[in-house]
Amino acid sequence: MNFRIFKRKLASAFTLCAFGGLTFGASSALAEGSLMRVSEPNLKPYTIVDGTSIPDSLSGKAGNAVNGKKLLVHRKKGNCLTCHSAPILEEEFHGDVAPPLEGVGDRMSAGEIRLRLVNPKVINPDTPMMAYYRTHGLNQVSKSFVGKPMLNEQEIEDIVAYLITLK
Amino acid sequence: MMMTKTKKPIALAVGMLLGLSVATAQATDDMSLHISPQSQPAPEGLEDYAHGDARSGYIYATEETRTLQDDDFENPAFLWVEKAQEQWSTPEGDANKSCQSCHGDVESMKGVGAVYPKFDPEIGDLLNLEKRINRCRSEGMQATPWKWESDELLGMTSLVKMQSRGMPVNVSIDGPAKEYFEKGMKFYNTRVGQMDLACKHCHIDQNGNYMRAELLSQGQANGFPTYRLKWQKLGSLHRRFRGCNNNIRAEKLANGSPEYMALELYVTWRGNGLPIEAPSVRK
Ligand code: HEC
Ligand code: HEC
Ligand code: HEC
Repeated sequence: MNFRIFKRKLASAFTLCAFGGLTFGASSALAEGSLMRVSEPNLKPYTIVDGTSIPDSLSGKAGNAVNGKKLLVHRKKGNCLTCHSAPILEEEFHGDVAPPLEGVGDRMSAGEIRLRLVNPKVINPDTPMMAYYRTHGLNQVSKSFVGKPMLNEQEIEDIVAYLITLK
Repeated sequence: MMMTKTKKPIALAVGMLLGLSVATAQATDDMSLHISPQSQPAPEGLEDYAHGDARSGYIYATEETRTLQDDDFENPAFLWVEKAQEQWSTPEGDANKSCQSCHGDVESMKGVGAVYPKFDPEIGDLLNLEKRINRCRSEGMQATPWKWESDELLGMTSLVKMQSRGMPVNVSIDGPAKEYFEKGMKFYNTRVGQMDLACKHCHIDQNGNYMRAELLSQGQANGFPTYRLKWQKLGSLHRRFRGCNNNIRAEKLANGSPEYMALELYVTWRGNGLPIEAPSVRK
């Protein structure tokens, strides 16, 4: 009972964000200096700054780059090589549907990479890239994955820590 | 906010919000909403497997897989087809009739596989070949319908469709079929699953690109039923839909469900003009 109310609160909090920020926010709420607080069921809340970046660690801790590299490759975790290539020569087949991740640490800040992983649709609504930290607004999700993000907060931080080393 | 250049599928999505009929009117004029425009002509020797921008999965298959498909003696699907050939003239059910009793030789099925799925005015619903055959079993023969993914139904569907091999796919989306077409198109463009992808993201937007070792085809239906090396078995189009849903962690829908029936009509229509290849061989 309590939990239901809690969940409903979370859902409505997110809906507010979605309408205030994501939908109409394309020009207004995501302008310079804007802050958007997002909270979704089962996830830690986070803040998107200027519609381009999540500056703060999701877990409050630093990431582990060595583990991040493993998670990036892992087929049941990041599986990023489906679409991207990366300077990981020991892996055979890299995808070519997305920009190479080589040099991404030069092109993007940790906060920008974090937003990219958490919800790339904030940046490009038509992207094929999945939101790795999202539980809300999805359709027809397999029962065993309902309410679960693709990666947890520390896994996101580990991958961010690895990507930032790709200079 | 960064926006990539407005792609046509977005226009389609907007169109669908405004009104479905408007969307289809534009939709059927502009094939780039359904098939990724091809910059290259079909490879030499494979011209028969292309029609306009449509490309059969055969073009994306490896040499080895194509060779298997090309030779009926090598093609493993023919184990099922041979059984179906016997079945064709075997009486069954309370009416003690066989397919042959009512339809004559199986060659009479020439052209039939090219126009399914098709709206059936008698039952007022869309039928694909599997459902059509099962209707003949339950009504005409008074026998139990075959299970969707059973060897019997896969084999018989292949046998019937095979009579149209090489003929162009030619399904109609006019009249009562239109509603199904629109529903199928909507499904095709709707993001589903934990990975939040629509069919179109892989089979239109990324057609021709590699996802790891997988070369993305247009996801055409002209080869089904297909013998997949991965399945080690003949399989239906709906089994493929379930697989493509499952891979992106989306709930698989039931074989023959209204959603997959509408999707089958849309997917098959995208390949109008491609040759019927059933039973094809794929990786
Ligand atoms: C289904 C395909 C797909 C998968 C899987 C995928 N991405 Fe992406 N990613 C893309 C595409 C396409 C882009 C290009 C920009 C866009 O579409 O908005 C992109 C862009 C990016 C960018 C911005 C790159 C730049 O130079 O602008 C980063 C960083 C990124 N992805 C990281 C990742 C990581 C890390 C993973 C795995 C955890 C991952 N992606 C998984 C498709 C994918
Ligand atoms: C994540 C990418 C992805 C998505 C999304 C996806 N597919 Fe596929 N699909 C594939 C891959 C990979 C294959 C095997 C290689 C190929 O033929 O493209 C395939 C194969 C197919 C085939 C077999 C083609 C042939 O020639 O045998 C069909 C049909 C198909 N998909 C339909 C669909 C439909 C319908 C949807 C939406 C419900 C869908 N796919 C969603 C990746 C995807
Ligand atoms: C009692 C007679 C009867 C039997 C037995 C029978 N059918 Fe039919 N079948 C029909 C009738 C009637 C139709 C609908 C009229 C038409 O379109 O030809 C039909 C239609 C079909 C069609 C669609 C034809 C088209 O042009 O759209 C197929 C395919 C088919 N039957 C396959 C089979 C198969 C396979 C079997 C054996 C498993 C079988 N039928 C057994 C009577 C029968």
